[in-house]
Amino acid sequence: MSKRLDAMIGWIDARFPLTANWRAHLSEYYAPKNFNFWYYFGSLAMLVLVNQLLTGIFLTMNYKPDASMAFASVEYIMRDVNYGWIIRYMHSTGASMFFVVVYLHMFRGMMYGSYRKPRELLWVIGMGIFFVLMMLAFTGYILPWGQMSYWGAQVIISMIGAIPVIGQTLSNWILGDFMLSDAALNRFFAYHVVTLPGLLVVLVVVHILALHEVGSNNPDGIEIKANKDPVTHIPVDGIPFHPYYSVKDIFGVVVFLIVFTGIIFFMPEMGGYFLEYNNFIPANTLQTPDHIAPVWYFTPYYSMLRAVTVNFLWIDAKLWGIVLMGGSVAIFALLPWLDRSPVKSIRYKGPIFKFALTLFVISVLVLGWLGTKSPTPLYTLLAQIFTVIYFAFFILMPWYSKIDKTKPEPTRVR
Amino acid sequence: MRNLKSIVFVFCLAPLVAFASESAVTLDTAPIKPRDMASLQRGAQTFVNYCLSCHSADFMRYNRLRDLGLTESQISENLIFTGQKVGELMTVAMPKKEAKQWFGVAPPDLSVIARSRGPDWLYTYLRKFYRDDSTATGWNNLVFDKAAMPHVLYELQGEQILDVKSEDDGHGGTHEIKELTLAKPGSLSKTEYDAYVADLVNFLVYLGEPAANKRVQIGIIVMLFLFLMLVLTYALKKEYWKDVH
Repeated sequence: MSKRLDAMIGWIDARFPLTANWRAHLSEYYAPKNFNFWYYFGSLAMLVLVNQLLTGIFLTMNYKPDASMAFASVEYIMRDVNYGWIIRYMHSTGASMFFVVVYLHMFRGMMYGSYRKPRELLWVIGMGIFFVLMMLAFTGYILPWGQMSYWGAQVIISMIGAIPVIGQTLSNWILGDFMLSDAALNRFFAYHVVTLPGLLVVLVVVHILALHEVGSNNPDGIEIKANKDPVTHIPVDGIPFHPYYSVKDIFGVVVFLIVFTGIIFFMPEMGGYFLEYNNFIPANTLQTPDHIAPVWYFTPYYSMLRAVTVNFLWIDAKLWGIVLMGGSVAIFALLPWLDRSPVKSIRYKGPIFKFALTLFVISVLVLGWLGTKSPTPLYTLLAQIFTVIYFAFFILMPWYSKIDKTKPEPTRVR
Repeated sequence: MRNLKSIVFVFCLAPLVAFASESAVTLDTAPIKPRDMASLQRGAQTFVNYCLSCHSADFMRYNRLRDLGLTESQISENLIFTGQKVGELMTVAMPKKEAKQWFGVAPPDLSVIARSRGPDWLYTYLRKFYRDDSTATGWNNLVFDKAAMPHVLYELQGEQILDVKSEDDGHGGTHEIKELTLAKPGSLSKTEYDAYVADLVNFLVYLGEPAANKRVQIGIIVMLFLFLMLVLTYALKKEYWKDVH
């Protein structure tokens, strides 16, 4: 049997680099042996991606991208399709959990300096993934055609209209109508199920190829490739991804699934954060809800959008808000060039960086919380203060990362 | 490190904090019992008798009510008054356009009303109607001011009237306290009426998500399986990692 199997693999190998790829990416891809808790979220993000792709296929079979039928078709999935409710909750919970794992994955990179040389491109590709993910979340949230789908999208679309000169024309071109309507719903459906998932899968493959070219960073932020065994040329602190990290990640997957299915089966609305209560009201183009709040993963950016209240340099406050919101996402891509510290990992960075990162996390949390609230003068002031802190973390980094008192890096991982 | 971990932990828990209710009236907690079949059946009875003449439940099929321990023939005989078949949707004959002319607003579909309004809102709303001659229907509501819906259940609850009292707030000002008193008793006592509405709201919660009971049942099995897997995968990881130093 094994002889026949070998012959079969040999036949394939003569025509396709099967064994070579298996070795390069799994059995002979050497990862640092000191990965900790934070290193689960990359593989978990892939798990959630597969979950979204698979459940998405089954939802597409029963969903109707038609403004007069969309809401009813979602309820049809919830009631009349056999186990349609599990599929739908897996997809809606998956959307939120995608952001949970991606945010933690990004935070890991920030802590251990995973964006530093030679991983700048890897980080920038990751930011591309993050951007596509946000587009996917936005287009997907429109599809149930509830009140929050409609009015949340209206807020975003009105931002396009605020672009000087071409704004209105651009908005009409994107929507295929003068307002958000059936035409736009059809287009967003096409983007959500064809264009964006395709782009996302390609970017994820490119992200992994880039990672396997440069090798993984680790909690100590030192290069394991700098210390290779003289005979085998294998990094002494490296272990093959398979079987070591594959079995470790399977354990991580089970822990994740306990949380994930716990939400699906026991609190699918997650207290109105994963599925907003107002989105159980069909979209009404004539009735604006009192309070429009985006889903939780967009609330920090929404806070920053609303934080700008003054017109400045002949430019409208609204447009500044949009610039700031776009900038708050885009500025992440500059991190590799903003960090001038001689060390990568937070373990060896000084007190200033630790303080700055803590403050940054707090500002994201506060901005996120403020984004769920109706604006009051106090809340707007708080949003302004924390927006400044958010940007200061990035803009001042070239300066404070240089003067910070760092500790010497070890030569081997701990 | 430890601090960062705890920050992220709080970050993960943040979605658990429920939205604060921003209603002016404090809502009473609805005594929901999703597994009480007798209560759900009574609620279904009330729903088809009082609600389903104006409000539809367009996404719900009559025969789905088998979830409540009823047979198809019981459903046909006791809960369908429109001559519809048991596999059809719980629609109403009243055209939306005309309904809008009569009431000012078309009565909303109730299929997922418990998911948008929440059970507490419904439970309080249905118990807080009062007589108000200034409105078109002669009724008003403490929870939903100038609601277009008249008090459909008034024969059961009776007629309440509004008492507005001014009370010293201790800071030199006054604030209004709105209280309802029963002016004309109905056929049910206050406790009986509360229980009656509780059954109806219980049914509306079921109507919002008919699969909810099954969801929890399956969830428990999935959890048991995953905890078993947790032990096995942890042991597997330990075994493989023995030789990593």
